[in-house]
Amino acid sequence: MLLIFEQFLNGLQIGLLLFLLAAGLTLVFGIMDMVNLAHGSLYMMGAYFAAVFTEWTGSFFLGAALALPAGALLGIAVEMIALRTLYTRDHLDQVLATFGLILFFNELARLMFGAGGMTIQTPDWLQGQILILPGLPYPSYRFLIILVGLLCAAFLYVLVQRTRLGMLIRAGASNREMVGALGINIKQLFTLVFGLGSALAALAGLMAGPVTTVQIGMGDNILILALVVIVIGGIGSLPGAFIAALAIGIIDTMGRAFLPNILGSFLSPSEASTLATALSSMLIYILMAAVLVLRPAGLFPAPGR
Amino acid sequence: MSSASTSAAASTADSQNGISGRLSFIVGLVLLGFLGLIPVLSVAFEDPFLLTLFTRIVIMAIAAVSLNLILGYGGMVSFGHAAYIGVGGYTVGILAFHGVHAAWIQWPLAVIISGIVAALIGLLSLRTKGIFFIMITLALSQLVYYLGNGAFAYGGDDGLNIMKRSDFGGLLNLDNRPTFYYLCWVILLATVYFVHRTVNSRFGMVLQGAKSNDRRMATIGFPVHRYQLTAFVLAGMICGLAGVLTATFTGFISPAMMHWSRSGDLIVMVVLGGMGSLFGPVFGTVAFLLLEEVLSSWTEYWKIVFGPILVLVVLFARGGIDGAMVRGQAGALLAGLAAFFLLYGVHSAYEDEWLIPTLILVAACALAWVAKWAIDRKGARHD
Repeated sequence: MLLIFEQFLNGLQIGLLLFLLAAGLTLVFGIMDMVNLAHGSLYMMGAYFAAVFTEWTGSFFLGAALALPAGALLGIAVEMIALRTLYTRDHLDQVLATFGLILFFNELARLMFGAGGMTIQTPDWLQGQILILPGLPYPSYRFLIILVGLLCAAFLYVLVQRTRLGMLIRAGASNREMVGALGINIKQLFTLVFGLGSALAALAGLMAGPVTTVQIGMGDNILILALVVIVIGGIGSLPGAFIAALAIGIIDTMGRAFLPNILGSFLSPSEASTLATALSSMLIYILMAAVLVLRPAGLFPAPGR
Repeated sequence: MSSASTSAAASTADSQNGISGRLSFIVGLVLLGFLGLIPVLSVAFEDPFLLTLFTRIVIMAIAAVSLNLILGYGGMVSFGHAAYIGVGGYTVGILAFHGVHAAWIQWPLAVIISGIVAALIGLLSLRTKGIFFIMITLALSQLVYYLGNGAFAYGGDDGLNIMKRSDFGGLLNLDNRPTFYYLCWVILLATVYFVHRTVNSRFGMVLQGAKSNDRRMATIGFPVHRYQLTAFVLAGMICGLAGVLTATFTGFISPAMMHWSRSGDLIVMVVLGGMGSLFGPVFGTVAFLLLEEVLSSWTEYWKIVFGPILVLVVLFARGGIDGAMVRGQAGALLAGLAAFFLLYGVHSAYEDEWLIPTLILVAACALAWVAKWAIDRKGARHD
């Protein structure tokens, strides 16, 4: 029972990390109707920035505090140089151009930071475990990820639902010409939103950094997962992304944790673990296919789309 | 989308359409003929690598031509096309692993299984449109990819060596590299011809009609969905054959054959060459793989140049290489060639450690300048 609860927490943690990535993606996707495959590259660059800045300053938190604005600035630069002209193009063009950016950023990271990958050193007090329930110790860094993820979700909720900027974001999502006609500089708004999305990607990257190693292409596979999240959740819907990310995180972790045992009852252990890895990776895509067959616009499509 | 469809119309009606449409047609034929000379040239220049490189090019061109059938003419952006390369390759590999080497069994079976997988993927994904279609084809091909990863009996993610090539019963010796090359070349010619006939048939007209307006076609009374699914399956089968050739050529299968980035490469080849044109995918494949070959021989960081080139092509060279020829944009093609030789000059003038920063700078400046130019032009049009 405790094991199940612990795996549930692990799933929650992965889900919240996915949400951080998917939230930025869905902001850009939902508001500007722009498919940004390079979002995973911003995630990777965020992780590299955090690794470099942590090495410089010797403090994980200073490193993170510097990596966030760096990620946002990088995103804004990318938007202004390459992506701005793509908003009015069809999705194929956006997919292709941002695919080109993935190639560019992967090589840039290899050139700047070397092919070997980097590790992010966390402070000692984050490397231990804390007792979240009697008899249930849990790694404190993973717990921090859960906290940050939940805080971010709350922040985004307040930002989008309760502030003037959020109102403009929502209005821009349903009718950008109208918002522009009301005297809002839509170009600046888009750049701002893109920067916010990039900062979220960088945050996801730097939070994931200490758990996985920081390496070339680390954004590519998790990007596909984040795309699955927003397609299941419904494009442009932050609550949808939140629920879908948690569901995927939990299903994925539970699959990896318990499928080997279940399969192990009739296969050899090594075969069972390989098959379980493959099966649990496939589980998510099967879920996505099932959702799209039943609800082609996703589970919680944003209104007005 | 309009420029793509005009170039499609221009090159499918090749002979009646002015001199520029004819140019693309002639260049296409010349290119295919030139591809037929590769084994001879390889011997003449005593460069066996030339044959290896072009075998890969010809095989990928078959896959790109098949993707063009649904992407260029059908408007279906399948982001999982590499899955069929994997399915075709794995069918051959698995049969060979179990001691079945007869090509008469291996090859048709591989094509049929690719078709079945394409039918399943198509049935699910054609329920959706637009970005959802892109994503679901991507997701379902990832499913196939992880299936390959989980096939631990056949090497899992390490892949599997094919010890013995397919056996045509003495009719063809696939171990002979020129023979194998000519087989691939003939299959490419047949594929181009088949796609040409298909898209100009009544079937192809419905397909192209559905691309520009599927509701209109449905109202006229065509079962659009069935036409699209048929095209999807046909493309999957041809691409499966490309997978058979890939596996036979490399003697190796692995899930990497069907990774999603391979599907992205295929789309790039089609778009770079010109969507919805007869020879576009062949142009695109040759350009893509030659560029890859040349750039990667200059620097291991070649993608840092290739990525921005791709962005530029998407932003400014709509209709790709074929489109530039059809519209008579000799200037654009010359600019491309000039840029290439400029890079070459930079490469010859500097040592390698200078090359990379220079190229980044050139690429970044070019991107920034061009983006600024486009924004200005757009602003001017609105004023």
